[in-house]
Amino acid sequence: MAGFLIKRFLQAVFVVFVVTLTVSYAIRFTGDPALMLAQGAGSVTEEDLVRIREGLGLNQPFLSQYADFIKGMFTLDFGRSFLGGTPVSQLIASALPATMLLAFASLIVSIAISIPLGIRAAVARGKWADQTIRILSLIGLSFPNFWLAIMLVLLFSIVLKWLPPSGMDGFASFIMPALTMGIILTATNVRLVRTAMLETLQSQYIMVARAKGLSETKVLYKHALRNCAIPLITYFGLQFGGLLGGIVVVELVFNWPGMGTLAFDAVASRDYPVLQAVITVLSLMIVFVNLLVDIAYGLVDPRIRTE
Amino acid sequence: MTTKAANTRFARFRNLEFILGALLTGGICLAVVFSGVLFPGGVDKIDLLARLTPPFVNWAHPLGTDPLGRDVLARVVAGGKISLLVGLTSVAGAVVVGVVMGLVSGYYRGFWDMLVMRFADVQLALPFILLAITFIAIVGGGLTNTIILLIVSQWVQYARLVRGSVLSLREREFIQSARAIGVRDYKILFQHLLPNLIGPVIVLMTLNVANNILLESSLTFLGLGVDPLIPSWGGMLADGRTYLQNAWWVSVFPGLAILLTVLGLNLLGDWLRDSLDPTGRTSR
Repeated sequence: MAGFLIKRFLQAVFVVFVVTLTVSYAIRFTGDPALMLAQGAGSVTEEDLVRIREGLGLNQPFLSQYADFIKGMFTLDFGRSFLGGTPVSQLIASALPATMLLAFASLIVSIAISIPLGIRAAVARGKWADQTIRILSLIGLSFPNFWLAIMLVLLFSIVLKWLPPSGMDGFASFIMPALTMGIILTATNVRLVRTAMLETLQSQYIMVARAKGLSETKVLYKHALRNCAIPLITYFGLQFGGLLGGIVVVELVFNWPGMGTLAFDAVASRDYPVLQAVITVLSLMIVFVNLLVDIAYGLVDPRIRTE
Repeated sequence: MTTKAANTRFARFRNLEFILGALLTGGICLAVVFSGVLFPGGVDKIDLLARLTPPFVNWAHPLGTDPLGRDVLARVVAGGKISLLVGLTSVAGAVVVGVVMGLVSGYYRGFWDMLVMRFADVQLALPFILLAITFIAIVGGGLTNTIILLIVSQWVQYARLVRGSVLSLREREFIQSARAIGVRDYKILFQHLLPNLIGPVIVLMTLNVANNILLESSLTFLGLGVDPLIPSWGGMLADGRTYLQNAWWVSVFPGLAILLTVLGLNLLGDWLRDSLDPTGRTSR
């Protein structure tokens, strides 16, 4: 077990190392931030540019900049935004909770819909309920998330005038963004729940539970669901990356002040300390969740450890 | 008895799935191919007098017109050209790279294999959209860069899939005997191994054409993909969003086109997966 843990941990560290190194290196090709900063400052001499670069530490060799960045990662100091000089960690601290809140809400929406539907499909395997759910899930998989968001705005904000079209202000502003990602996630999750349930329903303890006359609800939700909880939690965990990716896009439609909006503003203004920090923080979180899932799974199922 | 009845119904449903998928996909392809004949006026003809015509009112513009008076239907069809182009070329590129990498790393194992698999781990940790933001910020947007980005982000999937199959196939007798009689390596890879593992690759390709059409449209919608001057579904949606309040059709129809095209391909991919794998082991 210790060997397995160490191996997985080292793999995760390697991934973080490569992602941060690539992003820090690649981002230097997006343009000279000194020029960006100097724009609009009237006449700028070459000396001014040199001074700006020195101030930002851009005249240092790449590896020492990277080392600074890694050091900053541990002390949560990602430098300052090129725009306005706000500490990047402060920007992240306000954007990350907004994104995580949305991720959490979407996950809840999706679990609330996909578990009953998935169980229904598995029980009615091959029958019309199963086929309908299958088609619905295929339609959900084919929805562009941003278009779904626009259509929800059209329906709930413009036609019905029930919900605010954008921003983050109270519970009402939460509904549409969470619903968008929740629906998109549900399309995949229904199928996962169905597959996991189909396998579980064939086991003997389900037969026993039925034979001793338990109600069908109890059999399904207490006995069967509990037993497929582990694969389901794994699937849900592994979706985390995709979920964050989707949220980044949906945030822009709803003008949600999260990591996606932060990243896009940073791209538009070449604010690369911010972009670098956003990408690093998000990929760190994904690696961490994947690592947790792996470890949890290894703990529960010894066969995974030996692989 | 009941399972048999259910199975027949299941089979009939499968056929329906195929017919629907083929109709949707075929319809879009035909419309795109014959767009020149269908819309001789061209897609960029500006008719300011007819601007923001609602749909189903004037049969010269069945789906209405946009804020510049351009025909929405003609532009949707023209956008299909971009989507299909991006979907097909990006998948073709990713398949070629991924299959070769997967064959080589699965067959020879060793250092190369480890390198490819660790690279796959890294890509798994980075959601597509973050990779896209970084990539586009560095090399810039545009049609070609979007296709390259999709290839870069997806070849890994094929490499992993192919590698997995090669790992089990290489121990089988027919490969061992081919090696024993001295068949050249490249012949083993491409003539003996490849035909035996191509099924799942084709399924993945179908689903990825669908997926890439979605990804391209979201990139273009965000202003990171195809040039906004070229009519594309994502670009039309980005424009239309501004007029959502008084011209819903400008945002509805391009999105509907994406949905139907992707749905058609997903239906075909689903059908293909079940046809190639009757036990339903891989169907999720």
